[in-house]
Amino acid sequence: MDLFEYQAKELFAEYGVPVPKDKVAHTAEEARDITTAFAAEGIPQVVVKAQVKTGGRGKAGGVKLADGPADAYEKAERIIGMDIKGHTVHRVLIAEATDIKSEYYLSFLLDRANRTFLSICSVDGGVEIEELAHTNPGAIARVPVSPLTGVDHAKALEIVRAGRIPAEAEEGAALVAERLWAMFADEDATLAEVNPLVLTPDGRVLALDGKVTLDDNAAFRQDHAKFADIASTDPLEVRAKEKHLNYVKLDGEVGIIGNGAGLVMSTLDVVAYAGEAFGGIKAANFLDIGGGASAEVMADSLEIVLSDPSVKSVLVNVFGGITSCDAVANGITAAVKLLGERGETVSKPIVVRLDGNKAAEGRQILVDAAIPVVEQVDTMDGAAKRAAELAAKGA
Amino acid sequence: MAIFLTADSKILIQGITGGEGRKHGARMLRAGAQVVGGTNPKKAGTSVELNGVDVPVFATVKETMAATGADVSVIFVPAQGTKAAVIEAIDAEIPLAIVITEGIAVHDTAEFWAYAIEKGNKTRIVGPNCPGLASPGKSNAGIIPADITTSGPIGLVSKSGTLTYQMMYELRDIGFTTCVGIGGDPIIGTTHIDALAAFEADPETKAIVMIGEIGGDAEERAAAFIEQHVTKPVVGYVAGFMAPEGKTMGHAGAIISGSAGTAQAKKEALEKAGVRVGKTPSETAALVRDLIKSL
Repeated sequence: MDLFEYQAKELFAEYGVPVPKDKVAHTAEEARDITTAFAAEGIPQVVVKAQVKTGGRGKAGGVKLADGPADAYEKAERIIGMDIKGHTVHRVLIAEATDIKSEYYLSFLLDRANRTFLSICSVDGGVEIEELAHTNPGAIARVPVSPLTGVDHAKALEIVRAGRIPAEAEEGAALVAERLWAMFADEDATLAEVNPLVLTPDGRVLALDGKVTLDDNAAFRQDHAKFADIASTDPLEVRAKEKHLNYVKLDGEVGIIGNGAGLVMSTLDVVAYAGEAFGGIKAANFLDIGGGASAEVMADSLEIVLSDPSVKSVLVNVFGGITSCDAVANGITAAVKLLGERGETVSKPIVVRLDGNKAAEGRQILVDAAIPVVEQVDTMDGAAKRAAELAAKGA
Repeated sequence: MAIFLTADSKILIQGITGGEGRKHGARMLRAGAQVVGGTNPKKAGTSVELNGVDVPVFATVKETMAATGADVSVIFVPAQGTKAAVIEAIDAEIPLAIVITEGIAVHDTAEFWAYAIEKGNKTRIVGPNCPGLASPGKSNAGIIPADITTSGPIGLVSKSGTLTYQMMYELRDIGFTTCVGIGGDPIIGTTHIDALAAFEADPETKAIVMIGEIGGDAEERAAAFIEQHVTKPVVGYVAGFMAPEGKTMGHAGAIISGSAGTAQAKKEALEKAGVRVGKTPSETAALVRDLIKSL
């Protein structure tokens, strides 16, 4: 899960990483009141920062300096509601404006290729690290961090020296590195980035911006749910999550239900290839029902997929490995019945492809059930083609 | 021959008394695998009946190995306890540890991997979040269904469970030496490259199928390896062309970050290395079929 800047900075502050004074505002009025309170504390100038989970906020006009409460009100009013690369701004961060002497870069991240953690540090901060990697790769230091030993003060100094952070900022930056690592390790993060890390004219080292990604698989020992952003999440994804379904909303017309992440990803691709012949029909979602396919899971899945207004047809693509296809077929018939009882009669066509373990039995169950909207096709490619064709007709 | 898992492999199950351990332990026995024991410190000295066989339960991996000669461990313990279970297997120096458990925090995987390396990398780790290994007609360690295919000349390595089963089933008339499910997590033990190297060295494997998916650059690195070290024909498949950027697609590691980890980049890298890449799973199976005929 990616965090907003304000959430990342809350974590930073919790672990003692110095950050400028800041507070979140949801309205222009709140922005004005916060700025008034800051001014009373001797902070005359603030930065109004759009809170969106995407880069390039500054270029899009989502980050503005404000002189006092009236100006903050005006800037916040312009930024809240703004669309930045498809992300609507629901809140802004009002942050103390900081004098900057130098800008650096510091991060910890998961290094998949080397199966360890990595720290990236550079004296050249403030630009996107990918951009810096192109323009000045020599300015970037990559220091592997062992999951067994982590980052103590000596390791932190090694990192900032490798990044060629000057002596005047060395101690401050090392302290940030040490504490940022503690946050990264204790919170089960896969990315903790400070960009820019700044040196102020009075010699302080501060995290001016932050980006944090948390590992969803660590939910069993972390309270990551408190960071969830329900307002910006697709409502179907929210509902699917409540029902413990692995669902991702996409922008096509064929609703997909399948078993196993790889097979479902593959189904999206095969539908798109088949859909080329029908005016660019694509998958409307990713939904992996996992190993078991009980009637209830199938009913919940069908309910979510069918409630998506952009879905014109549904493709159920199951390969029976451990799961046997007769159970899946029973799940489908029970699901259609269950939905009928819930008052949601199924009218969109459902193409079913069952293969593998007990495929013949499963197919027979669906033949006997004779559900008008259910149609069977024996192969994955054929089923994808038929579902795309039906979606094109229904669109 | 098979790779990593042979007819002689003696399998122990960590978490043998749990629901998954029992269910799949029985399946492995039915598939002809030698399941010789399991661990549960609280139930040491007892036994579990799997498929009509009384399988002894020991306190530790080390004790199980000493008493039974086990050389493979299949790990079914829940995510909270997986790191400790793998570290126990590493400490016991068991040659092969297969981690089936899904939903493991990546910090835990990074830690047990670093631990394995520090201890001299004596235990081959497969997974986590993987279906395990199947050497049809010889042995089965994990959750791969045994009855959907036969033994034959194809070697298969895959990040995805169901796509593995699909491929095994489509090519059941030709058959496989070994099917290796390496798992879809961001950090895994055995990689595509490890399996490719082993298939290259295995005289019975005539052709290799490699299944990848979005996220990371394992497929690109495998492509570079194939170009330099693999003489046997390789057919590839990559899933996730339609996956959006920044969304995790079921597997924890299946995520496109910025412009990195796309299916297109992986396909191009594989094709550049001379790998024939299928557009759909069925087309991939057809490519393998043609290739086997031409050998």
